[in-house]
Amino acid sequence: MNELLLVVTIAGERVALPAAAVESVVELDTLITVPRAAPHVAGLSALRSRVLTVIDCKRSLELGTSDCSDGIREAAVVEFDGHHYALIVDLVEDVVEAASEPTPVRATMGGGWERVSQGMVDTETGPLLLVDVAALIAGAADAKAA
Amino acid sequence: MDDLIADFVAECREMLEALGGEIVAWEAQPDDRARLDSIFRFVHTVKGNCGFFEFPRLEALSHAAEDALADVRGNRRQADAHLVSAVLAVIDRIAEMIAAIEAGEEMPAGDDSALIAALAPGAEGAVAPAATTIAEGQSRASSAPRTIRLSVELLDRVMSTVSDMVLARNELARRLRESASDVPVDGAFERLSTIIADMRDAITRTRMQRIENLFVGLPRMVRDLSAELGKQVLVDIEGGDVELDREMIEMIRDPLTHIIRNAVDHGIEKPAERLKAGKREIGILAVSARQSGNQILIDIHDDGRGIDGKRLVAKALDVGLLEKDDAAKLTHREQLALIFEAGLSTAKEVTSISGRGVGMDVVRSNVERIGGIVEVDSRVGEGTRMTLRVPLTLTIIPALTVSIDGQHFAIPRSAIEEIVRSNGESVTLEHLGGAGVATIRGRRVPEISLAEILGIESGVDEKDRTLIVLRPAGADLYALSVDRIHDHEELVVKPAAPAVMATGLYAGTTLADDGSPILLFDPAGLAQVGGVKLETLERATRIAEGPVAAASKSTAVLLFRALDGSRRALRLAVVDRIEEVPISSVKEAAGQLRVQLGEVILPLAGVAGAELGDGKVRLFRLNDGAHEVGYAFAEVIDFATIDGEVIHAERPGEISGVSLINGEPAELVDAHWLFANHVGAAARATEQLVCRLPSDDPWMQNMLRPIVEAAGYQVVGDEHEGESDLVIAAQGADVPQDAAKTIWLRTEPDASGKKDDSIYRYDRAGLLMALKTAGAGRGK
Repeated sequence: MNELLLVVTIAGERVALPAAAVESVVELDTLITVPRAAPHVAGLSALRSRVLTVIDCKRSLELGTSDCSDGIREAAVVEFDGHHYALIVDLVEDVVEAASEPTPVRATMGGGWERVSQGMVDTETGPLLLVDVAALIAGAADAKAA
Repeated sequence: MDDLIADFVAECREMLEALGGEIVAWEAQPDDRARLDSIFRFVHTVKGNCGFFEFPRLEALSHAAEDALADVRGNRRQADAHLVSAVLAVIDRIAEMIAAIEAGEEMPAGDDSALIAALAPGAEGAVAPAATTIAEGQSRASSAPRTIRLSVELLDRVMSTVSDMVLARNELARRLRESASDVPVDGAFERLSTIIADMRDAITRTRMQRIENLFVGLPRMVRDLSAELGKQVLVDIEGGDVELDREMIEMIRDPLTHIIRNAVDHGIEKPAERLKAGKREIGILAVSARQSGNQILIDIHDDGRGIDGKRLVAKALDVGLLEKDDAAKLTHREQLALIFEAGLSTAKEVTSISGRGVGMDVVRSNVERIGGIVEVDSRVGEGTRMTLRVPLTLTIIPALTVSIDGQHFAIPRSAIEEIVRSNGESVTLEHLGGAGVATIRGRRVPEISLAEILGIESGVDEKDRTLIVLRPAGADLYALSVDRIHDHEELVVKPAAPAVMATGLYAGTTLADDGSPILLFDPAGLAQVGGVKLETLERATRIAEGPVAAASKSTAVLLFRALDGSRRALRLAVVDRIEEVPISSVKEAAGQLRVQLGEVILPLAGVAGAELGDGKVRLFRLNDGAHEVGYAFAEVIDFATIDGEVIHAERPGEISGVSLINGEPAELVDAHWLFANHVGAAARATEQLVCRLPSDDPWMQNMLRPIVEAAGYQVVGDEHEGESDLVIAAQGADVPQDAAKTIWLRTEPDASGKKDDSIYRYDRAGLLMALKTAGAGRGK
């Protein structure tokens, strides 16, 4: 059985997250900002009695800022290193089956894509970039230092 | 003590169970380093604990096995099948003994020399372990446990369910408020709320423990160790009221014990050496716990000889842990960190207390397993500081919620000194070169604005803000201005994600009653980011700069400020340690002021004519070898010596005289008088029972009296006025009816009838039993 992938759109681009890492997909309504935190940390939110650290994927990729002012955002909840994170994405599409093992992308990608790429996978809807959740959470190197 | 033994037995039992598989694997593959290490750790732990509990047979066995295994670890010896079976025989014997201890039996008689001899290199003929007795011991031990062991995961699950329940309750409360109120529903809801609150309390308590439980055994341990080593060590314990997850406490018990053993054994020098080095004879071992952010910091600081980084490097090169090129590049800190490498020790001799460099690698692996860090800092000749940093996985912190620009934050209440309004009468705010300074009732403290730190626009004018005066652990005061303060709440704090913690501002996250997340500030972090220059007053620096003991003849004293403000001194030798208790532990009872310290109650002196205040009371625990007295004080000024003339007081009293210490007069506290007045009378009155014997009976006086006195009674005659606890009289004699109990003695061996409860006067066993029961009855 092939790995399942969650297809999401980040900064207008369709990419895949490993579905095994994603606990759930939620709609965030409250967002509490974390002053002085790295820019890609959009804030905190709560899911049942858990605190979620909300990561703005667009910001993490240095491709601009997601607009959170209208309140409700779609996000994928993942657990990494004992903490729960909500990754803000533009849109959550579907779960698909990977048709191949990830293969390196041989072209140069823009923005922070290079940093979060785990390779390209084939799916029935065409090739998708497999994104490394840990790299998304870590954010850009200079952002981490700030 | 029984608790400690029970802990020891439980720990050994767990280790033995875990070892079961390892032993078999090791037998199959004697050169497996990891297996060897875990077996080694087991015998090392057993050895360490035995020294404390006085199980000489266990200690001898484990020491011998440790020696043999240390040789293997140090590559001085090859593990062969013969050694393996000898070690296994020892471990089996240890298991057998532990089972006996657990069952509360006497240590089984037997000789272990054959087992120990079998460990020696070249010894022949493995010893067959006494398999039958082990089986027997284990079956006995498994009978009727009084407690059950639960996995912490299960408790975690219950805890998180309860948290969810609280949130659901809050939501329901909101809905109820919004809808039309219905009295019966409200009543039922109130009851549900109370039950949930109780349940949350209870489940939280199951996991939390005061770190005091860990510290309580330390003074005794240090005392025993230092006596054994001919050293003098004063233990200063602080922060016993920090609460820590129970599991954490168990996990740091061993590392802490190891570090303290090392500090006493290798750190603190012998008194003569210390004087030669220009230090006081008495070494100071300070153990303190405090909360910093989402971590608990446990500091163990000794003022001993320190660790020589260069010697560590040389040793590491010797053993082959390091390459020469790498060695040259090490920084001081990295050099010191070498003590955590397995098989490295700078101790010249191996003692029964510590000293094979095993302690520290075990310490590190244990602490790291719980996500903690051990740090070491040391200067040769000045001392060593070990810091254990362990995470707070789950804690309830009383906190104050504040807001700025509508966003809520929490501040740990423990750091808050006071709250004042910026426009209050006693407060002035000034800006000097951009830096804020608040003057509160004449005291100047740096002021920082939360809005500025966070980079948030505050909607409230500076004059209308509220100032929170904070004192972060181990640092100086500062005032933080916030828009508004809201409420005191008990918050369940969870560690925040690394990206959030990286700001250095926060200690964790928590959920408010309405389910929205709140960030908890770390007061020390705020100060740092806000640019407050902190002036830490560390005991180490004070000691290092203090005047040095001139000669061993002069008396070392502890200079302190008493509660009434006077400058006083106490001989250092009578001060056992320094304690801090809440004011509620001090009570007037049975005619004098007493203080409760854990499970003991001590008379409290030093309070006369002074106010105790309303926060915490710091006190010296004085010890004369048999009794203890507490002595309250305001602050410790310094360690000093009396070398000037002592002007003696005219009348005996709490103060025996006055002397110039460090150029200023100080009153010398008369410890003898303290004990005589606070302990002496009381001890005699309560402990010695009075027995009345007829004065004119020569047999009673000559034959019986020594026996009665030996049984602990004070013997009085007929003419004695006042009550007696026991009267002994010849059968049929006249006896005043004031005694609690009377023992009748008859001259004939046989009792005259069934109702005759007298004792034959030469029935020594019967007599002693009667004396003992009379005393015990009185004791209650």
